[in-house]
Amino acid sequence: MAKSTIRARARLKGGTTTIKALITHPMETGQRKDKKTGKLIPAHFIQEVTCQHKGKTIVLAQWGPAISKNPYLSYQFTGAAAGDTVSISWVDNKGNKDSTSTKIK
Amino acid sequence: MQRRSFLKGTLAGSAVAVAIGAGLLQPRQVLAAWPKSAFEAKTVQDAMSGLYGSAESTPSADITIKAPDIAENGAVVPVSISTTLSNVTSIGIIAEKNPTPMSANFEMAPNAKGYISTRIKMGKTSGVIAVVVAGGKTYSARKEVKVTIGGCGG
Repeated sequence: MAKSTIRARARLKGGTTTIKALITHPMETGQRKDKKTGKLIPAHFIQEVTCQHKGKTIVLAQWGPAISKNPYLSYQFTGAAAGDTVSISWVDNKGNKDSTSTKIK
Repeated sequence: MQRRSFLKGTLAGSAVAVAIGAGLLQPRQVLAAWPKSAFEAKTVQDAMSGLYGSAESTPSADITIKAPDIAENGAVVPVSISTTLSNVTSIGIIAEKNPTPMSANFEMAPNAKGYISTRIKMGKTSGVIAVVVAGGKTYSARKEVKVTIGGCGG
């Protein structure tokens, strides 16, 4: 199975679930020049990240190229229980996607 | 050797097939919602108009921006936004002097807490503006972040 580009942790404390995720992605702005060829490296960045719990989207992140390379994301929500599954998926401007799921501890 | 490359080819082929299968459903639906005009806008006004329909917002002390006063590396500036406003439907991050100021927008479900943390690129010292839409109204807060080495590349 291919390794996911998303590493996520979900922790429940006092009714609030905190998710911390780190995604491997170049997040190229399209403004950088290749040092060897002098050509612009085309923009390649995640446009949407969908964070779900029990089939509902908790956070829909819409990103531009200004989000740092290997983006970090953290959010919180209520109404979940330990053992529930949280899923995170992303789509980038080239149509690439990846997703992962993790259990709330 | 032949079997190995055959297997590799099959895996690649099926991965692509799965991607296409899934891709037909998701990206089109999802990317249609990506606010292109806001993300390509070159001014804060245009970015806000593109996303919120207007550049107007009410300054709010109920929005806290946690970001370094001085960012050593403009390529990775940690920004956390928290708000005590209720009925938050979205949280946006704008880097005033970036070539395209709109950095991110987060659509929040009713049970999402008013909190978001991420890392952004900043080209130079500028204000980071947090825009929170709560109860149908647009609020904002601003924090100046000094950048020693710009992070937009080039």
